Amino acid sequence: MAVNTELQGTSYTLATPYEVSREAIAQFARATGANNRAHFDAEFAASLGYRDVVAPTTFAVIPAQRAEGLYISLPEAGIDFSRVVHGSEQFTYTRPIIAGDVLSATCHVDGLREAGGHAMVTTRTELTEAESGAPVATVVSTIVVRGEAA
Amino acid sequence: MTESAPREDHRPGAADIAPRLADLEVGRTVVSARIPISRADLVRYAGASGDYNHIHWNERFAREVGLDNVIAHGMLTMGSVVARISEWAVDPGAIVDYRTRFTAPVVVPDAESGAPDAPTAFLGMTATVGAIDADGGTARLDVEVTSGEEKVLGRTQVKVRLQ
Repeated sequence: MAVNTELQGTSYTLATPYEVSREAIAQFARATGANNRAHFDAEFAASLGYRDVVAPTTFAVIPAQRAEGLYISLPEAGIDFSRVVHGSEQFTYTRPIIAGDVLSATCHVDGLREAGGHAMVTTRTELTEAESGAPVATVVSTIVVRGEAA
Repeated sequence: MTESAPREDHRPGAADIAPRLADLEVGRTVVSARIPISRADLVRYAGASGDYNHIHWNERFAREVGLDNVIAHGMLTMGSVVARISEWAVDPGAIVDYRTRFTAPVVVPDAESGAPDAPTAFLGMTATVGAIDADGGTARLDVEVTSGEEKVLGRTQVKVRLQ
């Protein structure tokens, strides 16, 4: 089944906002070898002006990939996940993610194109404060779905 | 015996140790590191990130979908690289934009003998100042990332906001 280009322009929002915990930040930091004290030590984070520990730069991928998953796993999207490779990724921050944040995540299907038997799918996930709607970060991700013949 | 006077009036804070924009120079390498990766690291990253794709832990499945072996999550590579830059920057919030392309997989075979968490891949990274925007208060770092001889990330850029 080919990737369904008719879903370009659609968007998908997590049913429940993502709650950022100190534990999740520390676990993600350890898993990526991130030793910056601001990920573990609230006092150090406070000396930088933050109300609690600060998430690593790529931590935003957790809520972003959940929101992307709402789209990618749709049967009508036509994406065979076993043929997916990651093409590119970009994080742009309005402000850092801090423990205690409650984040809404909406994934927008911005680009769907086929080239040489492969399909390129670009999604943009907007992370915002669930309560105020204030922007926090934007995660743009491109995946390549390898063609059956490739 | 000497006794240093207490200096409660000045404890070095983050602002004292963070790099300053005025001290940066285009072309200068600011971070270089060698990052070991083991199969255990892939399991740990899967748990922390929630990305349990089989290609990151099961060799049979990885080969069935045309890979040479289990490969690292692209996001583990991306996260491990920026971790070193965050340490340099002192304030993780200084990193306002980070982008990359995944150009080649990082193959992480099971350790053939010894400890299961013995590293079987090594990333090499260097971050060099690519541009300085004095008015905007930011600098762009261009990052090269290799596994063995092969470039695994392409066009990797980190924008940092510094004093």
